[in-house]
Amino acid sequence: MKKKRIDLGGYRVQMQEQSPEKRIKNFQSVPLGYSKEEVVKEAKRCIQCKGIPCELDCPINMKILEMIREIAIENFEKAFFIMKEDNPIPAITGRVCPQEAQCEGVCPLYQRGHGINIGKLEAFVADWARMKGIKEKFQIEEKQQKVAVIGSGPAGISCAVDLRKFGYQVTMFEALHKAGGVLQYGIPAFRLPTEIVDYEISYLDEIGVDIRLDFFVGQNIEFSELRNEYDSIFIGTGAGAPLFMKIPGENLKGVYSANEFLIRVNLMKAYKFLEFDTPIVCGETIGVIGAGNVAMDAARCALRLGVEKVYILYRRTKKEAPARDEEIQHALEEGVILKELISPNKFIGDHKGWLKEVELFKMELGDADASGRPRPVKIEGSEFVLKMGTIVEALGSMPNRLFLNKAPELDVNKWGQIKVDDNLMTQIPGVYAGGDAVRGNATVILALGDGRQAAASIHKQIKQAKAAT
Amino acid sequence: MNHIIVRKKNLSKENFLIEIKAPHVAERFQPGQFVIIRISETGERIPLTVADVNKAAKTITLIFQAVGRTTMELSTLNKGDPVLNCVGPLGNPSEIKKFGQVACVGGGTGIACIYPLVQALAKAGNEVTAIIGARNESMLILEKEMKAAATKTLIATDDGSKGHHGFVTEVLHKTIEAHKNSGGISRVITIGPIPMMKAAAEVTRPYKIPTIASLNTIMVDGTGMCGSCRAYIDGVMKLACIDGPEFDAHKVDFDDVLSRMEMFKVKEKQAVEHYQKISLEKE
Repeated sequence: MKKKRIDLGGYRVQMQEQSPEKRIKNFQSVPLGYSKEEVVKEAKRCIQCKGIPCELDCPINMKILEMIREIAIENFEKAFFIMKEDNPIPAITGRVCPQEAQCEGVCPLYQRGHGINIGKLEAFVADWARMKGIKEKFQIEEKQQKVAVIGSGPAGISCAVDLRKFGYQVTMFEALHKAGGVLQYGIPAFRLPTEIVDYEISYLDEIGVDIRLDFFVGQNIEFSELRNEYDSIFIGTGAGAPLFMKIPGENLKGVYSANEFLIRVNLMKAYKFLEFDTPIVCGETIGVIGAGNVAMDAARCALRLGVEKVYILYRRTKKEAPARDEEIQHALEEGVILKELISPNKFIGDHKGWLKEVELFKMELGDADASGRPRPVKIEGSEFVLKMGTIVEALGSMPNRLFLNKAPELDVNKWGQIKVDDNLMTQIPGVYAGGDAVRGNATVILALGDGRQAAASIHKQIKQAKAAT
Repeated sequence: MNHIIVRKKNLSKENFLIEIKAPHVAERFQPGQFVIIRISETGERIPLTVADVNKAAKTITLIFQAVGRTTMELSTLNKGDPVLNCVGPLGNPSEIKKFGQVACVGGGTGIACIYPLVQALAKAGNEVTAIIGARNESMLILEKEMKAAATKTLIATDDGSKGHHGFVTEVLHKTIEAHKNSGGISRVITIGPIPMMKAAAEVTRPYKIPTIASLNTIMVDGTGMCGSCRAYIDGVMKLACIDGPEFDAHKVDFDDVLSRMEMFKVKEKQAVEHYQKISLEKE
């Protein structure tokens, strides 16, 4: 009996990956995905705890246990439909969720370093269904009420899917030429292959969501007009405006916001320059400021663009870095150099206005701040200089002020985040908001959860309004 | 999302005019605003100023100089061909009201950008002096249209082939002096190459005439996401796409703007050479 307990769950089935040497020369997915045999073996390790910590810790409470049970008996189709009940985009969340801080982190087997690889199981099943052409089946009972969804990122996608299931006429507005929001412009293809995002968008099309690209609410239609034309509105406009350090030399050639760098690479495919028209220029050394997922993405894109030396310049240490464990580990394996406890003071250019050097301060860790992490404190007189051809500032981003300026009637907080009640309704009746537009820099899964909750609130409100008349 | 070209005209050796179907832009466009276009699935996003709009026909007119990868290919498109994407109107509209005597200074393709402003300012009851310039007579665009719209149209060419032999800024200076005893020029708007706008701002600075410059910085999304178009205005970082494109010319750090415009120059040249090569191979 005792011996069996020690063996409980056994070891995590290793995920095959492209080798670091190979993968820094392409933009293809790093994990190669489980095989059928591997995925079953991994699922069978689950001890099916009664307390379902994984499900309770999932922001959308996916029925993970049931899903794993079906995978273990090779019933992938059933597993797929179980996932889809709660999650419209499992192929995406399986790849980008911070599982170690959610489902996998609370798995009892995680303590020994061998928690169930829930994210990869999720991705396997979703990919399997995509390859087989298996889709969720539902009957739409058409209703005449119209709902506008502003933004086509994860919040907008999940809201639009549910609204269509309820039978509403859904129009989705997207300012860019391609739908998907941050999934399209922000997350690189080696982490989230473009065809997966495209597949989910084409699914929206199939279920009858009217997607209007190249359309900016506030510029192409007044927000007040939109309110008159639609029975309800969901705002999922994200946090797409970059923050800058506001230090000298920031306008030198060679200094990018992470947004610009990633939009050029991901959305505009600058890594295929000449085949694609959008350029990107990098020096021989590049420093990425910050240590979140966006910083890791930018650093790893830079390696793939052929930059020789890629640094992460971080004011705290690896332990405090907000990026997913897997991204930090992948970045380090690929040769990204993490420089801890430093913070830029100014950027120095040559006589032609090109970035040449960065002057940095050394930092030390102080008491905990509002985020619970130790506060980085500048060490006076510790300035030093690093040679650097390119800088990418990955400091986080804010909600888009162009949209907010055009919708001044919306209540926002001092960071420009839209204020909502428990039902995700703004102070304007019938207008809902969710995702990063409300939360600031959060995750895909939280945005997805918000989209679904808002759809449920909208449904309830329209039903009530109908009953009242 | 195709935008069909309904009219195309070759204005000069390098300057072209296309009128495209763009109902969602035409309906809302106000002078001073711009659009971002993309011409193919592999194309880049480039900002272009709208020179004219036909609300009834739901079309907009774009004027561009075929000097880059995208504008060169755009110049080969003809009536009936589609432009894949067109988002806009973007940016803030120009302030249009009765200022009194206004000078509008346009250089190169900037003349196309300033044309709707001349029309709108004249309509608002201003006495508008249009000062337009180009390298030579054959590169000068919209002369006839400008003469019809403005109260007075003055021309300058670098080589003296038409009008004043020299810069538009010299003509601007003379215009300001000439109006001194008749109420004076109360506002100057300048659109064109950065050095020209910078020089125009220096001409008006001693006279303390409110002067507006429209910045044509590098942009990707054009909606405040990338920050590529950032410029220092009175020492504060602003985005040309959503805070501009028009700014107080006396507060713009033009040297910084000019420097940033060169960031992708080497790559832009490569793209042009590549395009010329594949065009030759096609023929």
